[in-house]
Amino acid sequence: MALGLLPGNVLITRLEALVNWCRKNSLWPMPFATACCGIELMALGASRHDVARFGAEVFRFSPRQCDLMIVAGRVVMKMMPVLQRIWQQMHEPKWCISMGACASTGGVFDTYSVVQGIDRFIPVDIYVPGCPPRPEQLIQAILDLQEKIQREGTLLGREFDEPRRNMPPRALLENPGERPLPVQPF
Amino acid sequence: MLSTIQRLRENFALLEESQFRGQKRVVVPREKVFEVLKFLKESCGFDMLVDVTCVDYLTYPRRPPWGRFGLVYNLLSTETGERLIVRAYCDVDSASVPSVVPLWEAANWLEREVWDMFGIRFEGHPDLRRILLPEDFEDHPLRKDYPLQGKGERHNLPVITRAEG
Amino acid sequence: MPLYRADFAGNLAHDEPQEYLWTMNFGPQHPATHTTLRLVLKLEGERVVDAMPDIGYLHSGFEKLGEHLNYNQYVVVTDRMNYCSCVANNVAWHLAVEKLLGIEVPPRCQYLRVIVAELARIADHLVCNAAVGLDAGAFTFFMYAFNPREQIYEILEALCGARFTNSYTRVGGLMYDASPKAIELIREFVRKFPRALDDMERLLNRNRIFVDRTKGIGVLTKEEAINRGVTGPIARASGVTRDLRKDEPYLAYRDFDFDICCATGGDCYARYLVRMAEMRESLKIIHQAVENLPSGPVSVDVGLRVTLPEKPQVFGTIEGLIQHFEVIMWNRGFRTPLEEVYSAIEAPNGELGFYIVGDGSDRAYRARCRPPSFIHFALFPHLIRGHRLSDVVAVLGSLNIIAAELDR
Repeated sequence: MALGLLPGNVLITRLEALVNWCRKNSLWPMPFATACCGIELMALGASRHDVARFGAEVFRFSPRQCDLMIVAGRVVMKMMPVLQRIWQQMHEPKWCISMGACASTGGVFDTYSVVQGIDRFIPVDIYVPGCPPRPEQLIQAILDLQEKIQREGTLLGREFDEPRRNMPPRALLENPGERPLPVQPF
Repeated sequence: MLSTIQRLRENFALLEESQFRGQKRVVVPREKVFEVLKFLKESCGFDMLVDVTCVDYLTYPRRPPWGRFGLVYNLLSTETGERLIVRAYCDVDSASVPSVVPLWEAANWLEREVWDMFGIRFEGHPDLRRILLPEDFEDHPLRKDYPLQGKGERHNLPVITRAEG
Repeated sequence: MPLYRADFAGNLAHDEPQEYLWTMNFGPQHPATHTTLRLVLKLEGERVVDAMPDIGYLHSGFEKLGEHLNYNQYVVVTDRMNYCSCVANNVAWHLAVEKLLGIEVPPRCQYLRVIVAELARIADHLVCNAAVGLDAGAFTFFMYAFNPREQIYEILEALCGARFTNSYTRVGGLMYDASPKAIELIREFVRKFPRALDDMERLLNRNRIFVDRTKGIGVLTKEEAINRGVTGPIARASGVTRDLRKDEPYLAYRDFDFDICCATGGDCYARYLVRMAEMRESLKIIHQAVENLPSGPVSVDVGLRVTLPEKPQVFGTIEGLIQHFEVIMWNRGFRTPLEEVYSAIEAPNGELGFYIVGDGSDRAYRARCRPPSFIHFALFPHLIRGHRLSDVVAVLGSLNIIAAELDR
């Protein structure tokens, strides 16, 4: 069909791109706020940094209504099963932002109880550096994620199967329970 | 009017009295902790227990002669504003002291924390469970022979991949 | 633990109450906990029969880390302890270290520390009251409270470059002196904040819904408060007239004219009012401090070998370079006495104390923190028994539990 035959205010697109466009502009975050970063997450939603400009202001505390998990703050070994359970309760398609140094790598807390990066145990899409990141950085992360959704997302959610489904699980750096780690002086 | 330390000295056999930067400290035998603190609360007006904590002197340059773990009871009188630190020592094999929960409710969680972190049992505590760490944790992490990075407990968790989620 | 089901119509058979008890899990991921803590509530219909707190969901080993970082490095970790009022923790930590070393900071540093500590108190009380308002359904109040908070962040950013986790203090001084721009921002804040506070008070103080939801809820008596070791605004709302700023004046608090705010109600509403009133008093202190700010250095003399010399001296003179290396080299640094010291300040949440054991090196042998949130959360089952389920969030908000400080 020739484009010239269409009336002036009609746009054509692929259905997939349209769905992705809808998805990316109505992200519903699930704030998994544990520590300091949670306060910056509150600042993101509050008056000055107003995340509503990017369509992601609908913070829902029920995982079943959300499609974006923002893990803000360090996750310790007692909390990790809770985080995994909440992640599993979220519906596909879903994305995860690891906010701050603690959630991404453990940060300054290289101690016995803090998980050294949540990506060892759940999948992560965007990492935000900073301790804690400024709200502007988080806005940038949401913009990056929107770009990623527009580029990669599919109607059928196929970005999650091939070839990632065949990827081997990530190897752990430390083998649990076998050898005690030497004490590293700072 | 006798000072608190003088009254304590009259009634109990104190192991040591000292003062540093204006803070008064007494060391009492482990078995006598409850009696001393009861006396301090009821007769000397120390009505608030500010803190209960412990220090592991395993690698300390000047180890105290009474034991490896030094308990710290931090007392305050809200009337006069006077502070007093009461110390008691115990060892690994005798790691238990009488609980002071009957005197101050505040001691309940503080003593649970000391049990969790140092493994010191408080005799007569109503509910001595771990408070900060998971129930199945085996070590007591603030002991000096426990490494900072732990013994791999922090990575002993299942992994969820994208496909499984 | 067995799960008891309630009757759908809500008819309670009083002869066998066990059958009608619910066990409800609250947290650790729940919007109204604000932080990560878990409560197991036993309910009889809407009424809370008992509550069992379960904490440790954010236990990150602060005290163990304190034994491996030196006195200046650890200040970064204290920021993350009570993250609503980071600078107050910095001040508390370094006051304890300076007490151990036996040094006193210069007057300008004392005044600046007072200013930042009081700014932190205002920020903390704003968050706490905003959270209480939010949980009681007053979302507008939350927006009103977060705006002045951003102004405080701007001041702190002008002072030390970080907007939120500041790490502003150093052993024997401060990271930087205050710039004229920061002083001007503080003056502007002192001018503008009373109006914002008036607006907030007009919004909530006589709001029927808010008063109904907080008055008479979670009453704590004076004797209970003392026996349970409660300090800070919560104790003062119960009639304990104790404030470390007056009772054991540290820094320059002796120079300022301010009042201790107390109430006798002991309920959530009294705690809200005490926090509102304390913000005005803090503003008075900031106003006096910024107008009478002494001149002079912000750090102690470099001869004491605890602070770094000025950068032009380090780059330009051999003495400055030697002094710099004397402090930062791993086998030099400063020496601490083999002693133990407890030092506390009146943090926004209550008495925040540090018990430090020095072992001669520049690292603490034991860095115990006496966290007010930990002591206050132990109160919770006592306060909530007999109230309704909807009061749980009001009581929890008014206690101002910060999980990072609760679990450390």
